[in-house]
Amino acid sequence: MKKRVVLDKKAIQRTVARITHEILEKNEGCTRMCLIGIRTRGVYLANRIQDKVKDVEGIGLPFGVLDITMYRDDISKLRWPEVKKTDISFDVNNMTVVLVDDVLHTGRTTRAAIDAIMDLGRPRKIQLAVLVDRGDRELPIHPDYAGIECPVNDDEEILVRMSEIDGKDEVVIVKTR
Amino acid sequence: MNWKRKDLLGIRDLSKEEIVFILDTAESFKEISKREIKKVPTLRGKTVITLFYEPSTRTRTSFEIAAKRLSADTINISSSTSSSTKGESLKDTARNLESMRPDAIVIRHGMPGAPHMLAGILDSSIINGGDGSHEHPTQALLDLFTMRDKKGRIEGLKVAIVGDIAHSRVARSNIFSLKNFGNEVICCGPPTMIPPHIETLGVKVEYDLKKAVKKADVIMMLRIQKERGGTSYIPSTKEYATLYGLTKNHIDMAADDVIVMHPGPMNRGIEIADDVADGPSSVILDQVENGVAVRMAVLYLLIGGEA
Repeated sequence: MKKRVVLDKKAIQRTVARITHEILEKNEGCTRMCLIGIRTRGVYLANRIQDKVKDVEGIGLPFGVLDITMYRDDISKLRWPEVKKTDISFDVNNMTVVLVDDVLHTGRTTRAAIDAIMDLGRPRKIQLAVLVDRGDRELPIHPDYAGIECPVNDDEEILVRMSEIDGKDEVVIVKTR
Repeated sequence: MNWKRKDLLGIRDLSKEEIVFILDTAESFKEISKREIKKVPTLRGKTVITLFYEPSTRTRTSFEIAAKRLSADTINISSSTSSSTKGESLKDTARNLESMRPDAIVIRHGMPGAPHMLAGILDSSIINGGDGSHEHPTQALLDLFTMRDKKGRIEGLKVAIVGDIAHSRVARSNIFSLKNFGNEVICCGPPTMIPPHIETLGVKVEYDLKKAVKKADVIMMLRIQKERGGTSYIPSTKEYATLYGLTKNHIDMAADDVIVMHPGPMNRGIEIADDVADGPSSVILDQVENGVAVRMAVLYLLIGGEA
């Protein structure tokens, strides 16, 4: 399978650092702020942002894991997608929630994630941070922080690999056909 | 794992992998019941009918709450208020209900095999909510869930099941699932309440409660099934209570971290003493709480996706 590397390990590190600084800048520090990673790779990405915030500001942000399966709009069309655990142990009321995902594409996952968080409380703000924005939206959703914008053709797929689960860090474009 | 079943008729048919998959899914659903807003949109637009020909508090309520927390619509039918009192057969009732296009029917019936019969003639998913003295699969699942939660494992445990084994669907379903995972199961009760040849299911039989509970990790108490003529199998309830009622003394003989389970409804002072039912080893209310999560998982897996 032909692949093209868009971000390598170093570039991912720099991008995460930049996103972190943008988050801190836009929110003027991080009071009443939390990070919620969307399963699966959004969680690792949120983890890294959390570490970076600790480096820069010396603050450990509340951190949550969100599984959006129960909120998918295509659930009845799928063959029993596995439901994994949502683990958000803090109160999201009046928080600035930074939702973290690896790739933003149609926006449907983000919609599901927003609904899921709204069911847990009434956050002050929800912002969206993604590593890759591949465009081609089907809903009016826009990221607040995007690592790279990377439109791809119909016969291509973007794969985000993270060392925590895939053994290495890279973002690649592969031909699917 | 690829879930392929339309119905949940018994736990005997389920593989270990399927059972673990249901328990894992239930784990994910448990959190919803702890939220302020206890509802997710997962089964929006689905309809669940509970069709109960026998009385029930826990199971019916639990299924209804589970369905509602997943946003499914629920309709409850009990035999006393249904046309079965006018002589309609189960088959006709079921076919008529099916014409209203429900997605799942949870049935409890006194006749073993009633859910299996319906599964054969209906397109809706059929869930066995207890069929006579045959099976009660969601009870066995919630019991396993509770054991896994409290003991950290569902393998290699010593489990004593005490009481009216012969008439108990809870006992039967639990024997199937516990033996499937390689646990040691001891059935204990008066000889009249132990079905002949029960050993062929891989369980041991013990008539002395003290011996049965010795070093047990789990003690599962059952009630006398009055509705199935249970009291005619014993000389008196008082004698039964003396010989087979679980007391604090029995807890001291069991493993240090023993848990005491009961599927409910309890007859306090008969099969279980007050201080045991309400004591620190009792997980009876945890079972009820976990029942909702397990039934959410079952409903989700049976009717959540495309068939």
